[in-house]
Amino acid sequence: MLGRTANGTFWMARYLERSENTARLIEAGFRMALTRRSDMAHEEWRSVIETVGQTKAFEGLYGKDYAGERVWNFLLRDRGNPGSVLAMTEGARSNARSVRTALTREVWEAINETWMVLKELLARPVREPLLGQVLATIRRQATLVRGAFDGTMLRNEAYNFSRLGTFIERGDNTARILDVKYYVLLPSLAWVGSSLDNVQWESVLRSVSGDRAYRWLNAGAMDPRGIADFLILDRRFPRSLHFCIDKLRSNLFGLAHQYGQETEAHEMLRGLGTRFHESAIETIFESGLHEFIQEFIAANRQVAQAIERDYRFYA
Amino acid sequence: MNHAPPCFDEMFDEDGVVRPAYAGYREWLYGQDAPALRRKAVEAEGFFRRTGITFNVYGDDAGEERLIPFDMVPRIITAREWRQLTRGIEQRVRALNAFLHDIYHRQEIVRAGRVPQRLIAENAAFLPQMVGMVPPGGIYTHIVGIDLVRTGPEEFMVLEDNARTPSGVSYMLENRETMMAMFPELFTRVNVRPVQDYPRRLAKSLAACAPSCAGERPTVAVLTPGIYNSAYFEHAFLADQMGAELVEGSDLRVIDGRVAMRTTRGYEPVDVIYRRVDDEFLDPLSFNPTSMLGVPGIMDIYRAGRITIANAPGTGIADDKAIYSFMPEIVEFYTGEKPILANVPTWRCSEKDSLAYVLDNLADLVVKEVHGSGGYGMLIGPTSSKKEIEAFAAKLKAKPANYIAQPTLSLSTVPIFAKSGLAPRHVDLRPFVLVSPQGIDITPGGLTRVALKKGSLVVNSSQGGGTKDSWVLED
Repeated sequence: MLGRTANGTFWMARYLERSENTARLIEAGFRMALTRRSDMAHEEWRSVIETVGQTKAFEGLYGKDYAGERVWNFLLRDRGNPGSVLAMTEGARSNARSVRTALTREVWEAINETWMVLKELLARPVREPLLGQVLATIRRQATLVRGAFDGTMLRNEAYNFSRLGTFIERGDNTARILDVKYYVLLPSLAWVGSSLDNVQWESVLRSVSGDRAYRWLNAGAMDPRGIADFLILDRRFPRSLHFCIDKLRSNLFGLAHQYGQETEAHEMLRGLGTRFHESAIETIFESGLHEFIQEFIAANRQVAQAIERDYRFYA
Repeated sequence: MNHAPPCFDEMFDEDGVVRPAYAGYREWLYGQDAPALRRKAVEAEGFFRRTGITFNVYGDDAGEERLIPFDMVPRIITAREWRQLTRGIEQRVRALNAFLHDIYHRQEIVRAGRVPQRLIAENAAFLPQMVGMVPPGGIYTHIVGIDLVRTGPEEFMVLEDNARTPSGVSYMLENRETMMAMFPELFTRVNVRPVQDYPRRLAKSLAACAPSCAGERPTVAVLTPGIYNSAYFEHAFLADQMGAELVEGSDLRVIDGRVAMRTTRGYEPVDVIYRRVDDEFLDPLSFNPTSMLGVPGIMDIYRAGRITIANAPGTGIADDKAIYSFMPEIVEFYTGEKPILANVPTWRCSEKDSLAYVLDNLADLVVKEVHGSGGYGMLIGPTSSKKEIEAFAAKLKAKPANYIAQPTLSLSTVPIFAKSGLAPRHVDLRPFVLVSPQGIDITPGGLTRVALKKGSLVVNSSQGGGTKDSWVLED
């Protein structure tokens, strides 16, 4: 397989994942904003923008006015936002087009259709009454692509490189949410036991669509350690950091198996895997939740760079 | 404008009686419900959009993708007509390859005084880098598209030879897929010769031209300028269907005397490149030094016989419109036979008498640039305003050798499925020809292009033309 094709499938998957994650974030932010006073709603939207790393771009255009409708339109369709859902979908489609020969017809058509549907859907600003429907469509299209991918792709290099892109992006996304919101999970004298805590925690869970799974596992009881444990270490939850690491390892193993050779990225991930395996949430809290997350984000980025190098993504 | 000349309709005769080739189709058609057919047309468009069968139009907004309109009424050719056409096409393609070999070696045809020296020496498509070398397999133009027009029951003429990188074959294949998906019952009624194995034949034909250093299963790659090229869909489609790699210039490098592609495991040699990049951009060391689309040094490897480039660089010398006017002589010179397929009568504006005639009759003629393609930069006298004609005359006088002129042909028509029902529109036909040391292989049918505007003679997709599925009937 061409290095450029590996690169294209990797980024196609990253863009798809990022677009879907952004929709989830908006959904959680919207829900949160509905239950808050307007100044706190603005604060909520500000943290969403911070999570996607677009604070500079947003404030450059609109200053510090984090009105809900402005924020979600920025995230969904703003030309000034290179990370908007629309831009990500275009990016995914353009990468899919350039690696067309590595994809099945179903996968290509699902991505192309997604682009066509979202281009139409996001042609005009999204007003509040329609936001729910728009987000549902984005999620449905993402599900369609995932289904086509899972059901039709050969488990070969193209598959493995795409999956690597998915889980690098997903791990990064969950970690960024934790990074921006880690303080709500820390023991705090002022807030403990208030209903606000519950709302905040629930919002964190919602932004990775983990609220129901968490409640189900914990019989409805919310506590910050449990939530952190769930999002960082629970290998059953498909958006936890540990789950992403497991998947990266198995997809890299697939490549090593096919190529008969391991690379630097394998070594790095083995280290990361061991670290997660041996960590308990108590020790993470003791040595600093924030630091732990920051270290993960850096390590995850290094793995991505090692993959790009090891498999000759660029000339 | 003069009175419109009567033209030959391929489906109905002058009395409105269906011709035998279309009898089976017509019978089926008359049993259909018009609104249902119309819905199918909309369905077909949705299908093309979803599959991404689009082309980019140069000069439009970057990334703008358009559909080539597809018409549901097939263009039908009888077995007898096709036999005659294939004989003519084969003869012509043999002559084209012999001509190319000669032009890059002893130039016997020039010595014999059949083609003027100036047309070769001063031709930008002539590549000195090709002089004296024989491409692997001895083939110059591996993939050829011969553009045919019809003016009467037996009158097929060659309008143009495409010996460089003919495009459109993906539309031939997708049009058939679409027809079979929409109207499967039609294909059980009428026996149509299949076209679907074109990609397999192409792969086989290319592999048969591999250089001697290739292994038992030569590595074939399709070289594309990238996703912004107007024919990118086709490049990806063909690579996909052949199971070949789709490469860009940046994926290739010369390593250890071979052309190699950058894979996830390192560089691996390539044996055959089906290039969809123009000569000029192929090798920045030999041609355009600013090209980012090509491979530095590939021409050295080519001259050493260690890579096959299909089509060979420099084949453009054979399909330029000035050379075209000599094709009858060229066919006769190399095959020793009279041409089976006629040329369209052509005036070379480089010749004084012809120029005078052309200038006097611009309103009735079609004038084309010698190196132009895609329907750009041409004048269609009968449909142009006085002002346009005057402006064109000035260009013509300034650089007469740049132009040729042809009579305005009364191209045959085939009906399209218009809002008001069947309506005749002008068509042409581009059959696709594969050439390898194992022989010449012509896919039955080809791409029918159709001018969708009433009375229009311009069928180019870049100028609003559409396409039709083209059927060759079984005997």
